[in-house]
This record gives sequence, C-alpha cells and structure tokens, in this order.
Amino acid sequence: MNNSRVQTEVPTAELGAIVGADHLRPATSADAVDGIQPQWIVEPGSEEELARVLQWANSLGIHVVPRGQGTKLEWGNLPRHAELVLSTLRLNRVVEHAWGDMTATVEAGCLMGEFQKTLSEHGQRLAYDALWPERSTMGGILATNDSGSYRIRFGALRDLIIGITLALPDGTLAKSGGKVVKNVAGYDLPKLATGSLGTLGVITQAIFRLHPLPQAVRSLSFSTPDSTSMNELVLAVQDSKLAYTGLQIRADSHDPPCIDVRFEGTPGGIDAQARQLLSLTAKAQQVESFPDVWNKRQALWTGKEPNLLCKFSVLPSQLGALCAAVFRALEQSRLTPRLVAQGLGLGFLRLEGEDGSDWLAIITRLREEMNSLGGTLGVLHCPLAVKSHIDVWGPVGDSEGLMHRVKNQFDPAAILNPGRFVGGI
Amino acid sequence: MDTSILEEFRSIVGRDGLITEPEQLHTYECDGLTNYRVLPLAVLLPDTTEEVQGVVRVCHRERIPFVARGSGTGLSGGALPVRGGIVIGLSRLNRILKVDIPNARVVVEPGVMNLSVTQQVSPRGYFYAPDPSSQQVCSIGGNVAENSGGAHCLKYGFTTTHVLGLEVVLPDGSLVHLGGKTLDRPGYDLAGVFVGSEGTLGIATKIILRIVKRPEVIQTLLAAFNSTNEAGAAVSGIIGAGMLPAAIEMMDNLAIQAAEASVHAGYPNCGGLLLVELDGPAAEVELLMEQVKSICNSCGAWEIRVAQSEAERIAIWKGRKSAFAAVGRISPNYIVQDGVVPRTALPRILSEIERLSAAAGIRVANVFHAGDGNLHPLVLFDRRIPGQEQSATELSFNILELCVKAGGSITGEHGVGEEKKKFMSVMFAEPDLETMQLVRCAFDPEHLSNPEKVFPRPRLCAERQGIYEPHPLEVAGVAEYF
Ligand SMILES: Cc1cc2nc3c(=O)[nH]c(=O)nc-3n(C[C@H](O)[C@H](O)[C@H](O)COP(=O)(O)OP(=O)(O)OC[C@H]3O[C@@H](n4cnc5c(N)ncnc54)[C@H](O)[C@@H]3O)c2cc1C
Repeated sequence: MNNSRVQTEVPTAELGAIVGADHLRPATSADAVDGIQPQWIVEPGSEEELARVLQWANSLGIHVVPRGQGTKLEWGNLPRHAELVLSTLRLNRVVEHAWGDMTATVEAGCLMGEFQKTLSEHGQRLAYDALWPERSTMGGILATNDSGSYRIRFGALRDLIIGITLALPDGTLAKSGGKVVKNVAGYDLPKLATGSLGTLGVITQAIFRLHPLPQAVRSLSFSTPDSTSMNELVLAVQDSKLAYTGLQIRADSHDPPCIDVRFEGTPGGIDAQARQLLSLTAKAQQVESFPDVWNKRQALWTGKEPNLLCKFSVLPSQLGALCAAVFRALEQSRLTPRLVAQGLGLGFLRLEGEDGSDWLAIITRLREEMNSLGGTLGVLHCPLAVKSHIDVWGPVGDSEGLMHRVKNQFDPAAILNPGRFVGGI
Repeated sequence: MDTSILEEFRSIVGRDGLITEPEQLHTYECDGLTNYRVLPLAVLLPDTTEEVQGVVRVCHRERIPFVARGSGTGLSGGALPVRGGIVIGLSRLNRILKVDIPNARVVVEPGVMNLSVTQQVSPRGYFYAPDPSSQQVCSIGGNVAENSGGAHCLKYGFTTTHVLGLEVVLPDGSLVHLGGKTLDRPGYDLAGVFVGSEGTLGIATKIILRIVKRPEVIQTLLAAFNSTNEAGAAVSGIIGAGMLPAAIEMMDNLAIQAAEASVHAGYPNCGGLLLVELDGPAAEVELLMEQVKSICNSCGAWEIRVAQSEAERIAIWKGRKSAFAAVGRISPNYIVQDGVVPRTALPRILSEIERLSAAAGIRVANVFHAGDGNLHPLVLFDRRIPGQEQSATELSFNILELCVKAGGSITGEHGVGEEKKKFMSVMFAEPDLETMQLVRCAFDPEHLSNPEKVFPRPRLCAERQGIYEPHPLEVAGVAEYF
C-alpha cells in the first residue's frame, strides 16, 4: 500500500519492549489477509500489554488486524491496510466459572471447545454452537457473531453475553456490563462489540450466562416433497407448543429438502414431544437422523474451489421462497448449491462452480432475489478476484452514517481492520 | 420559552398537542420516582413519527433539551424533565401496526401498553414475554428505553431479547432504522445499544417485537418457609438440579403482609415465600414439579401449593405483581430499590440488609426475582417523622453499595436515570464510563436527548481526530453497495 500518510514500516523494537521479543515474529504468507501481507505478528500476554500495543500502533498509524485462530479471517471486505496482526492466543484462560451463578468469564483467545470442556465439569454449557469449536476462539466467534442451531432456543451471542472488556485504540481498557445476568447500568457495549468484526476495539474478556447441560438429547429428521411443504412444516413446528432446541433445514439440487428437529430435556419429555412432532409431520417422511446433522452447516465449508459461501437472512415464512429463488437463479448455470438454514430464517449457502463462472453476475442475481424478499445476503467466501469488486456485506440502509460516527468515536484513526466492515468502515 | 418557538411547536403538533399551562404541566413534572420534580417549559404530544421529527428538529436547531415520556411509570427518574427543556409525550403514538403470527413478530408504536401486545396475540396462543409488574400501564417505548424486565425474564430474556428492530428519531431529527424484521442485518448492533439507553440516544417511534408461543403447560407453585434463607437454599437447589424455571420469585414476611393487606392473595404467613413457575411440555413439567416440591420440602417448606386452575395461578401472581403498591398499605412512604447480586450471594446480602435495617431503625420489605439475584428492597419510612426520609435514602443507597461489592449491579431493570447517576462511579471506573459515552457522542453530540441522566459527568463530544480514507474500491469506483 503506497499511501504516504500511513506508516508502513513497523518499528519493532518498541513492540518487543511491550510484549517481550519472544512474542513478536515476522509474518509469513500464511498470515496474509485476503492477499494483503502483514509484516509482524504480535502476541501480548495480558490485557494491559494488548492495550499498550494498540495505543502504540494508534500513535503511529499502524493498522492492526486482531486475530484469534484466524478461522474466519476472510469474513469481511478486503482490508485497506494490514501491517500488524494482533493475536489474542496467549489470552486463553477461563478466568472464572461461577457455576452456582451460572456465569463464566473467559479470555478472548480461549478456544470454544476448551471453554465448553471447563463448563461441562459442572454440568453446564454455553448454549451455543459455533463453527469449528475446537479451533475457534471466543473472541473471534463474538467479533463475527457466528451462530448455529441453538440460537433458535437460547438466543444469539448478544443474548448470552453479559459483560465485556474492550481494549480501544487509545489504550483504554473498558469494562461494560458485569457478572450478573440482569443488569441495566449503562450502555450495552457487549452487544455493540458482538458482530463488530474487531473494528471498534479488541475484545479481551467476555462474561456469559450459562445453561445446564441437558439430561438427554434426541434429533429427528424428515424429508419433505418440496420447498413449499418444507416451509409449511417449519412454520407448523414453530407455531406448535413444542420446546425444540434446534430446527434446521437442508437443501441441495439433488434431493428434496430435509428438516431436522432437536429436543433436549428429560427422556419422558422428549418422548412425548417426539410423538407430538410426528403428528405434525404427516406430509413428510421421517428419515434417519444422523448424529452429524447439526454439523451440516460446518460441512458447507468443505468441498471444491472455486466456490461462493453466503450467509443469508429472511423471515421464517420465506425460507421456502428463498430456496425456490436460489434454485431458480441457478437453473441456467452449472453451479451446484447446498444450503443449511435455521428455522429463524438465517442460513448459509454454498455454490460450487468452475473457473469461468461469472460470480459477480450470480451474486448480483442472488442479492436481487434477496432484496425482493426484504432479506439480506452477505458473502463469506468467494474467489479473491471477485471480492475486490463487491461489498461483501451489502447495503446497510439509513443507519450507515450513524455507524460511521460510532466507528469514528471508538477508532478515529481507523487503525482497526480498516475497510473490512460495512460501508467501508 | 420564546413565543415564536411555541408557535412553531403548535404548528407541528396542533393546538391540542401542546401543553403550556402550569397546572397541566405539573402532571409531567415527575415519573414514578416522585421525590424528584422539575417543571418542563412545555409538553408536546405528537401523533406521528413526522411530528416527532418536526419537534426534535426545532429542539436541535434551538438547542432545547428534550425528554421522551411514555407512561411515566419509570422508577429512576428517567422521564424527569430537564430544566429549560420540553417533554415529548408518546402516548398518542399508540397503534399496533402489524401482527405477523407466522413469523412471530409484532410492530408497534412506542405508546402501546406492554400488556396490549399480549392481549392482541393471545387468541393465537402467543404472548409478549417481558412482563414488568407495571405491564398494564407502562409503554413499550419506556420498556425499550429501560430494557425492562419481569418475573418471566429468567427464562425468556429481557426486553432487549425481544426487540428486533427500531425506527428512531435521532437527536438531530433524522430518522434511522436499527435492526429489522430479519436477523443479523449487516453492521453494528445499534438496536442492541439503543435498548436500555434510557432515552439518551433519541426517540423510538416504531418497534419490531418478537412474540413467543405459549408453552403447553404452566404450573405455579407456592412454598412457605420460615426464613428467606431457607427459601434461598431451595432456589439454589432448583438451579443446581439443572432446571430453568420460567420464574422464581421470593417475598419476605413484611412484603407478604403488605400483599395480603392489599389484594388478599391468600399467601401463607411465613418468613420466606417462594413462587416457582415451570412451563414447557406437560410430561416434563410434571416430572420437574415433583422435583421442585421435594427440593422445597428438604429445605424446610411447611406448606406447598400448586395452583390448580388458571384463576388460582393469576391470584398467586396478583399478590406478587402488586407488591410495590401494596407496601403503601403498611407504610406511608417507601423507596423502591433495585439492585442485583450474583444469586449465590443472596443469603449473605439479605442478612446484611437485615443488619443495616435494624441499625438504622428503618423497616425493609423484600420482594425479589430470586432466580436472577435481582432484589427489590422496599425501604419504608414516614416523611412526617423528622430525619426518617434521610435515613431511608441512606439505607437504600447502602444496599446498592452492598450489591456492587458482592459483584452485582446498581440496577437490574429500573435504570440509572437521575437517581443512580452517582452510583455509576461506584460500579464502573472512569474509563468505562468515558467509553460508554462514546456511543452517546455518536448519537447525540449536542447532548439534547435526556441530558444529565445515566452518567455522573457528561463527556465532551468532539468530532474525533481521524483520517478517513476511502476504500481503494470506492476510489476506483468499482465497489457498489448492491
Ligand atoms: C408499580 C410499578 C411496578 C414496576 N415493575 C417493574 C418491573 O417489574 N420490571 C421493570 O423492569 N420495571 C418495573 N417498573 C418500572 C417501569 O414501569 C418501567 O421502567 C417501564 O418500562 C417504564 O415505562 P413508561 O412507559 O412508564 O416509561 P417512562 O417512565 O415514561 O419513561 C422511562 C424512560 O424511557 C424513556 N422513553 C420513554 N419512551 C421513549 C421512547 N419512545 N423512545 C426513547 N425513550 C423513551 C424516557 O425518557 C425515560 O428515560 C415498575 C413501575 C411501577 C410504578
């Protein structure tokens, strides 16, 4: 990047002094962010060190990419600049599990799998399933607002997070929220930080409310004749009194759409609910529910290149129309779609194509379809050459100016992930 | 106020939408926290979003501070007018605009009463989950501003969980849409930040709510213990057994007496009363209710009743929901306090409160959402006795300090408002408060929307020094926000 106002050479001596020379290393090509090559990786060992690194970078106009394990680093627009990768991996403790209060404090670099393992020692969990839990850090999951099948029952991360510590570019370490489930003192910065893609500050710690591990779990799967009856069934389940903890649809171009329903609780309660569910599903055919059905979302990330991976959001009543629209849009193409969505209307779509595929035209077409439904479509993965021509997020609407003002307050010099978020933030 | 400005206001909201007569203004001089009073310069009652915008634009141009008001039932002085400012009352924006059962969404204007939402959707088997005890009279706009809770929030979450989108008039009069009908709209979760911002970030003029399907069965149990300690042990037992009840409420003897005197709920006269509600699939609830009973028994419950009909269930709740007002029966004056502690700290805090209460010679009745550690100590006093009000206020503040020391919060649902500003510095460090106010600077740099509330010291808002660089794609003209 040849922007003269921006310091591009990272003066490493000062950085080494903050974190210790052992925790600073040159970046390699494996650290590139969407093709932009950072120069250094810095791994602070405490919140305070992390805040000092940020303050230092801010004073020099060095652009920072906060990073956990990097599993979702390509989510976002191309960065404008990326000189320094700030890794949270040394901040990896479960700070406290207050199991009597059903809350836990965890550092940003802690892996979701490790966190869950600690919680399970007292029969508890964060009622949340994210992608690649054994490789994803809590900070990264929060920053990307990644959510899976439990959301329909237990809420999104925004509903489970109760406290946060943020390191700001000016070196401030700020806490918001707290350790109690119920708390309305001050603005809700945990929600602001969730899904902000590291563009406002670096999350160093988070506090969550927890749920008990269930006594028993059972999943049932159904095959439906077409997307219309699939949608009818999804709505019937949602309109029933069933207390499911997962309601998922799966669709691809070969097979009729499938629905998965998960129940948790006492074995007796699950039996009774399963019977009630079967009375709703007359038009569908029950099929074997494999233990990995709830990993089908994650499985969308395996397959051939080139591909396009999108996150979409529509109303629950539009899931059928959405499937129909996607398949219609692709009729003339040689792309193979696979789609996994939650009953909430949130889902993920993978399209595999060929080198000559006109991805731009496809994205435009999909967005048009989504617009007409009033939904949104974000691109999580596409060939890099395509990415440089799109805004992966899509339009924000009339709050875009306000979002810029929020960004400007937290990160006035725009050193955090510049360009990666909505509207060029 | 300048008559030309009043004229301008009148031209926006109409003759009957502008109140300037002092007698009428008195109605608006306080909210539910009645010991704080300020007379506003005028009260405006707009009918539409456009009128709200019109009024706010004038305020912005003239730098007149404004305070939004729903039903005025707030308990922290949130809707208390500010000196030299106006009140914008939202009671006329009271339409339920859309009910979408298949998608479980309802769109309302801010002046709609909380209970009206549930009434509207209950024929279809749905309800609006956040249920403050004031639900018959408080507005959704007020609920949004306070992030109000209620007994059933233990399982279902607070207002914020049930607000999907907002139309907001910003303090400069512009209109923005935050969140929306579909989930995860791109960008920052500004709806999440707006909820609970106590009217300091602008005025909500439309709200998209999520409603919830009524569970198959609801069972409510009442258990009498000799002390709140024993009842508290039962709460720990229930949570420890891995259950998530729809509600767990507790009342101490003084609160029970008050409820009896006022609504004759038929509560047993005991030292600690526990109210546990389970809901969900019938088979499960029946099984778990047996478990709850045996936990209560083993913790010393000497009477256990399970409501046998919807009427009995409503009667049980009536006593609890009317507890605040009921205290008026046993004391001429009282302060409703709202603190939170980690649930496991409840027994310790309760004995501390008892000790403080005895030392001050001031009675405290306790009603609380035991499942989430949210205490509502009702501090009783008689204003006619010199010094009592002062002692009662001190006692109620000491209780808040206890809560913070125990790792809790100064407010679980009533908000900071005017009353608790100074306690924000007890709970948060200066950098925390400064950081929160960055949000305020983005929404309301001129500090016009309910200024002087929530934070002990306002942060000066400057457009912060920064370099905006257009994205290379924007420069190249290739990026289109399609
Ligand atoms: C007897 C009693 C019992 C109560 N029980 C509970 C309870 O169980 N749980 C609970 O949480 N609270 C409870 N409360 C407190 C109160 O009812 C809630 O805080 C309620 O949400 C306030 O609603 P309101 O319409 O009266 O708002 P108001 O008091 O009019 O205003 C409250 C705040 O909201 C702001 N505001 C109002 N409308 C808007 C808008 N459209 N846009 C932006 N800001 C706005 C105001 O500026 C103010 O800051 C109780 C109060 C009483 C008197």
